[in-house]
Amino acid sequence: MRRNKKALTGLCHLSAFLTLLGSCLFMPVFLYAQTDTTATRLADSINRLKEVQIKSQKLNRRQTSSTPLQILSGADLERLNSLSVADAVRFFSGVQLKDYGGIGGLKTINVRSLGTNHTAVFYDGVQLGNAQNGQVDLGKYSLDNIEEIELYNGQKSTILQSARGFSAASSLYLKAKQPVFEKGRNNNLRAGVKTGSFGLVNPSVLWQSKLSNSLSSTVSAAYTQATGKYKFRYTNGVYDTTAIRSNGDVERMRLELGLNGNFADSSSFSAKVYIYNDEMGLPGAIISNKFDYLQRTWNRNVFVQSAYQKMVSKRYSILAAAKFAYDYNRYLNPENVSLNGILDNRFHQKELYLSLANQYQINPFWDVVLSTDYQYNTLDANLFSFAYPDRQNVLAALATRLNFNSFDIQANLLGTYVYDRVKDGTPAGTKQKLTPTVMLSWQPFSGKEFRIRSFYKHIFRMPTFNDLYYTDFRRNYIRPENTVQYDLGVTYIKAFDKLVLKQFSVQADVYYNKVKDKIVSVPANNPQRWSIENIGEVEIRGLDVNIQNIWQINPEVELTTGINYTYQDAVDVTPNETSTYKRQIPYIPVHSGSFLAGAGWRALALNYSFIYTGQRYNQKANILANYVEPWYTHDLALHYQVRSAMHKIKITAEVNNLLNQYYDVIANFPMPGRSYRFTLTYTY
Amino acid sequence: MFSVTFISCRKEAQPIPEEVVDTLFPAEPNAVVKGLYLVNEGNMDMNKASLDYVDFTKGQYRRNVYNQANPEVTKGLGDVGNDIGVYGSKLYVIVNNSNKVEVLNVNTGKRIQQIDITNCRYITFSNGKAYVSAYLGTIGDPNSPNGIVAQIDTGTLKEIKRIDVGRQPEEMAVVDNKLYVANSGGYTPSNYEHTVSVIDLATFTETKRIDVGINLHRLKADKYGDLYVTSRGDYGDIPSKLFVISTQTDRVKKTFDIAAGNLVISDDLAYIYSDEFNVITGQSTVSYAMLNVKDETLLTRKFITDGTDKLIKKPYGIAIHPITKDVFVTDATDYITPGVLYCFDTSGKKKWSVQTGDIPAQFAFIYK
Repeated sequence: MRRNKKALTGLCHLSAFLTLLGSCLFMPVFLYAQTDTTATRLADSINRLKEVQIKSQKLNRRQTSSTPLQILSGADLERLNSLSVADAVRFFSGVQLKDYGGIGGLKTINVRSLGTNHTAVFYDGVQLGNAQNGQVDLGKYSLDNIEEIELYNGQKSTILQSARGFSAASSLYLKAKQPVFEKGRNNNLRAGVKTGSFGLVNPSVLWQSKLSNSLSSTVSAAYTQATGKYKFRYTNGVYDTTAIRSNGDVERMRLELGLNGNFADSSSFSAKVYIYNDEMGLPGAIISNKFDYLQRTWNRNVFVQSAYQKMVSKRYSILAAAKFAYDYNRYLNPENVSLNGILDNRFHQKELYLSLANQYQINPFWDVVLSTDYQYNTLDANLFSFAYPDRQNVLAALATRLNFNSFDIQANLLGTYVYDRVKDGTPAGTKQKLTPTVMLSWQPFSGKEFRIRSFYKHIFRMPTFNDLYYTDFRRNYIRPENTVQYDLGVTYIKAFDKLVLKQFSVQADVYYNKVKDKIVSVPANNPQRWSIENIGEVEIRGLDVNIQNIWQINPEVELTTGINYTYQDAVDVTPNETSTYKRQIPYIPVHSGSFLAGAGWRALALNYSFIYTGQRYNQKANILANYVEPWYTHDLALHYQVRSAMHKIKITAEVNNLLNQYYDVIANFPMPGRSYRFTLTYTY
Repeated sequence: MFSVTFISCRKEAQPIPEEVVDTLFPAEPNAVVKGLYLVNEGNMDMNKASLDYVDFTKGQYRRNVYNQANPEVTKGLGDVGNDIGVYGSKLYVIVNNSNKVEVLNVNTGKRIQQIDITNCRYITFSNGKAYVSAYLGTIGDPNSPNGIVAQIDTGTLKEIKRIDVGRQPEEMAVVDNKLYVANSGGYTPSNYEHTVSVIDLATFTETKRIDVGINLHRLKADKYGDLYVTSRGDYGDIPSKLFVISTQTDRVKKTFDIAAGNLVISDDLAYIYSDEFNVITGQSTVSYAMLNVKDETLLTRKFITDGTDKLIKKPYGIAIHPITKDVFVTDATDYITPGVLYCFDTSGKKKWSVQTGDIPAQFAFIYK
């Protein structure tokens, strides 16, 4: 009986999505008919024709990448209602953002249900590491200084990359704003301030300076302060409780210094110093009789990184990178008082990273690449009987690419060697593994519009320091977590010159993933201790669809729309787990998606976005007690821009969660209802 | 247009209803022991503590009775249901992470009162008073690592006073108007507690500490004036043990070198299980044992004889029917899926089993 009911709601979600999809597909005809009579001016048609021709020639990387690629960049990214990278990645298909709510709440990305630790996050080409827990909090990366966000399932499809680039199940690339100077200009300045709900005050400044014809510098700084207070509401239809989220205050500072060089011999160089500091309250789970918490955390991250790329000869290119990072985390828990006083944990991490990639072109259609990385991590903590682990990680990737007119094949073999040591106890020791990847991209017809792509990738993740050595536990028996991915997809792009619809593009992929030896943390029979086990097996069958359209409503109004849809059948196939066997894994909806629309008219731009996440379960058993409601939010942003020859002022007003829906992404961690944000940006 | 279609998909909020499993075993309409409450801990921060009820008079199992009886309580029973006890006509449920003691009508499950006690752990009763142990007396004071025992009037349901005991106190028992409290010291793994506090209930003062073993947890009294106290050990080199304390001398009189995670004493028999995790090997070892408490000897007899023990992944709770001596054992499975309650007869054969809430843990029998 209940099953049927659920099947029905599932159908209802699906039909809603089909409606959405359908309207996207059929709207062109409808709109065309509508505007046909009005768009008559000859000059305009000529203008539009030109524009279309330019567009039709431009196949973007979404179409040509042999691994599924989603991009948010430039104007699209600026128009989006987003404060941090986390807000932006919600619009990618195949993505679930694990969001604990509010400005300070942890926000991590889970791509195609493989788990948070399987997505590598790269900042200007170098991975942002966290040897302690393997997670990167995307909420901490503000969009102030981000030009482009790319998400690849599998790996980046360019062959010349660091061995790290080959090493993750999916890869998120964040690219900082690159200095570009208009003719006769030696300085670019951008200063802005954001304010709004949650007591947000967020000034930021970006200054790019041309030091010489080949060298430029960037200074980017931001300060964020917020009380983090917002209303939330829980109800079961009988009780109906509204309260204010507390202990969510945030204070953050970020300073980035960059140096970029592009030299006459086509070599390029970049260096970056990144300094970040924060202090936050940790709002805990909203549970019966306990809404307020006292826990606090402090973070300090400093890194220096540099990359260098050069074509040594016509056939030989190199890419080198180096990074040193220091991360400090303090966790204070006044609810835990021991003989040593209040629980006050301090963690220090250090990372040294060196990478060299070599590309050799054997002939015009055949390249080989050898990439080698060395990484050294340490973790210190003021915990009793702490292991003080360090880890040496050597990665070597041998990759090759055959590139013909209509066919592109890449294959690589990645060798990983990990060697752990501890000062106290037994280390996890040495682990080594060879993992392959094969990627294909094929243009079956003479037209460039349609392509077929496919990839196979086997990769694993090492247990993190926390998995292995947290407190006085030694878990050297934990094995790496394995994933295998198969993907088959098509991309299609078409430009039209007589329609209101100027460009239509679609990417659709079906995939099958398998996770083995999933590292699962389970509470042990003492609340202070968790045990970690390799107990899970998960099978994921999914479909990702992305559609982007560009419309010219009239000569002055261009509309872009994007729709993302994700279907995921992610089931637990752990042997001997009868009650959960073949049931959907926690927090993965079967249906989810987003819709984006942006229009510009003269100095005004309007952006609308909609996100939908279907019903989920918050634990393994798919029962009523674990049911989590679907959620869907509507966001609106209005931008107004005043520009003169040299100056530009932009004012943005945003309303997020317009319909004030109260929801949880993670059970008992409420998300904000309706909120507002105002931005003033000055650009010189 | 889209939004309308979608909004219709979000269900009307309603309380999670009770689920009844009928004809689980033959009904006994005139049973003296008419029922058995079982509190499910629920995983921390999941707010999934729940209350189940075995109705011996109807042969039924009722899941999630608290929510059904008390839909008006914001977020329900709460987070981590740690203990349960009956005194008179009232049922007391200790909800650890929700910092509260829920006092319910024992027959209807309706809430009578909520008593706030931060980080409360276990409850015991004596002479019209309830005693509740709590891990910390004061939150956020670096110089107050000690726990407390709160004395509650079972008539007014108000806390009368509280007393400092050792660090992170756990189970308690009253013998001869003396309250014995097992101290764990769990917040300081480098220096666990190793004592049982003795509180004279006439003056409500701590009179002494009995040196027992590190990281104490369970504490049960037999009818011969002895206490059986379990030590968790340090999960590494020092294993779990079982100590016997004489309340005549207030000294340890015997040590059993067996792993003891939990025990229950019924007449002359103690039923013990252990699920001991060792941090060095990474292995959990499940074991079962029985003792004769009269002459304090380990028995070769087993309370599960039909091989069902191989199906139980994490034994997590145990109770003995006061009359039939049937053995109730819960399995917390993996802590994040619903557990199982097993009922065994005195020969150790399974009579029935039923799915419970998450992490089924503590029991309370209800008499007619």
